Amino acid sequence: MAERASPAASAVPVAGVVAVPEARRPGRLGRLLEREHVLAGVLLAPALVILTVFIAYPFVLGIWLAVSDKVVGRPGAFVGLENFRVNLNDAIFLRAFQNTFVYTFIATFFKLVLGMLAALLLNHHFRFKRIVRASMLLPWIVPTVLSTLAWQWMFDATFSVFNWVLMNVGLISKRILWLGDGTLAMGCLILVNVWRGMPFFAITLLAGLQTVNPDLHEAAEIDGANAWQRFWWVTLPLIKPIMLVVVLFSMIATFADFQLIYVLTRGGPYSSTHVFGTYAYEIAMRAAKLGQGASISLSLFPFLLVVIVFQLWYIRRSD
Amino acid sequence: MAYQESSRVVNRRAFLRMVAGAATGAAVAGGIPAIVAAQKPPSFPKGTTLNILEWVSFVPASDVEFKRLAAEFGKLAGVEITVDQINMNDLNPRIASAIETRSGPDIIMMISNWPHLYADGLADVDDVAEEIAKRDGAFYEFNRRASVVDNRWKSVPLCSVNSTWNYREDWFKEAGAAKFPDTWDELRRVGTELKKKGHPIGQAFGHSLGDPNQWAYPVTWCFGGAEIDDKGKVVINSKQTIEALRFTVAFWKDCLDEGGLAWDDTSNNRAFLAGTISATINGASIYFVAKRQFPEIAKAMNHAHMPRGPAGRFYSIGGQSRAVMNYSKNQQVAKAFLRWFMDRPQYDKWMTANDGYVVGPTPYWEKHPLWERDPKLVPFRESSKFGRWPGYPGQPSRKASEALVKYILVDMYAQAIKGMKPEDAAKWAEGELKKAYT
Repeated sequence: MAERASPAASAVPVAGVVAVPEARRPGRLGRLLEREHVLAGVLLAPALVILTVFIAYPFVLGIWLAVSDKVVGRPGAFVGLENFRVNLNDAIFLRAFQNTFVYTFIATFFKLVLGMLAALLLNHHFRFKRIVRASMLLPWIVPTVLSTLAWQWMFDATFSVFNWVLMNVGLISKRILWLGDGTLAMGCLILVNVWRGMPFFAITLLAGLQTVNPDLHEAAEIDGANAWQRFWWVTLPLIKPIMLVVVLFSMIATFADFQLIYVLTRGGPYSSTHVFGTYAYEIAMRAAKLGQGASISLSLFPFLLVVIVFQLWYIRRSD
Repeated sequence: MAYQESSRVVNRRAFLRMVAGAATGAAVAGGIPAIVAAQKPPSFPKGTTLNILEWVSFVPASDVEFKRLAAEFGKLAGVEITVDQINMNDLNPRIASAIETRSGPDIIMMISNWPHLYADGLADVDDVAEEIAKRDGAFYEFNRRASVVDNRWKSVPLCSVNSTWNYREDWFKEAGAAKFPDTWDELRRVGTELKKKGHPIGQAFGHSLGDPNQWAYPVTWCFGGAEIDDKGKVVINSKQTIEALRFTVAFWKDCLDEGGLAWDDTSNNRAFLAGTISATINGASIYFVAKRQFPEIAKAMNHAHMPRGPAGRFYSIGGQSRAVMNYSKNQQVAKAFLRWFMDRPQYDKWMTANDGYVVGPTPYWEKHPLWERDPKLVPFRESSKFGRWPGYPGQPSRKASEALVKYILVDMYAQAIKGMKPEDAAKWAEGELKKAYT
């Protein structure tokens, strides 16, 4: 290949002198971009535009709606904190408030514990490991509405497969109304949320576990540490940052959950399973009170902010 | 016979005649009046489009016929017409975004009192509605109340999807009832026998759009209670409501399937078709499915009216209508379509396709031959006479919607069933309704 001169090569003078192309002076734009702060601005601009259009604008609009009496089709007027005052006197809102926290904290706790157990198991070598790991993700991949519809059938008051099994093994004589009692229905919602979210924890924590140097475990084992001590003193501190990030993401998603609850109970029975998301939707969309609905949604914000600030501070401190 | 019109071929000349009077006052240059005057085939300016937003009906044949008729109108009027269909639950957000962005479909389906919710985004259609009422007779009161906001017609009533009692005639006979009971007390007596025989009655008290409200509102009215009076004052906490609550608690224990608190709108359909319940309040969908898939059940079942209470017989009927959006640049075309669709030859075909699932918006359609073809559907035809609306005897206003979406009446009954004293349940509902109606 080297012998075959390219047309470009043949154009180069052969007398041992390589002609240096005349250095082009950068144009005005080029000179401008050579300035570091200008280039930085240009490179950041697309991200800033995206953040402004898709995050900042809706957020600011949400705040405006929450302090207005906006209904569909009419311009809203500023009403200050009136919507929030109404919310605080609304028994359904207060129930939704309580439910959102119960749902989020219990579900996240179980997702973390079960996800960690699954990750530890999947971190071992066994036959069909890859297939098992891939299938673990199925609940997380399947669209929430579809999988929740399947759960709805399983919790059905008349045709529940759980009731059928429990009756056939003789554990119950009367069917359990899984979604017919407030407390039980909330338990069912948490169960489905854990089932759906646990694989995300498992796979992410598994990625964290695989970064742990096996030498550290060997050294701890030689020093006489048992399995629990090795997990507590070696594994856990090393994967703590990733664990906190997963918990952070999960809490945000669970706080704002909507689909699962809307499909399974729509906040019933007797408004006992409403969370912020479902109640805000009913008020904003079905009663067309956009301002009131936005104020219900925005009630999430201070709590999410506290969670995020605390966790980011903790992660930074750990680093 | 009036229905021979249905077989009439709608040609351009007939179309012209129909839209001629309709378009009186249409001030669009080159619009229908000009076309009529010139005796030319009706055609809107080239490139005129009409976009209609509909739900996905529970009767597929209804959608097929609606689209066919829309295409026929498009051909006659020279309009490019599209019909988009989405699930019923997605209509609210879609309407809200269309009104807020002032863009989207020209005609949108309205359910129940939505014209009150979205009045500021809807064009007045007084001319179309009044013309239909003049031709076919006055609309049913619930249809009129849902569509008229501040004395203006904000949508054209199209139909109603009514719910009556679906019941197993064979099991009712075994329980000693030769026909469906005419009063709530009689129904309780028969229901008690049925439950003892392992055939409870089924009723939803969960959170879903249709069935739970079909008990909560009519039963309250039957016993003389109401959310508000005709001036909008909350009057739920009354002796009559407490009586309705006491009756419901007793009925729950004696007659109903205990799964109801967890039921949604589809649960009673499945339970009835599976033979686990003997009766339930529902539209004609159970019967249609039974005819296709469970002919023995279809043969053994029938429909009956809501029983009478001390204050009379009532149904809660929201009705359906179609609205022309006020941001639409094609309002005249949209009105022409609605006028044409509601004209007898077209509407007859659409109603026939629905096979009894929908009831026409005026008593004129009670004479439709389909009601004679299948006597089991007759109660649906008659139920509109007893129809009332959320907020009755007041207006089906935005506030009535808030009470509805908060499931205040449904939850009042559900809490009483779960053990709350009827007096306390009525008091709770009073507190919640006062917040909604302020």
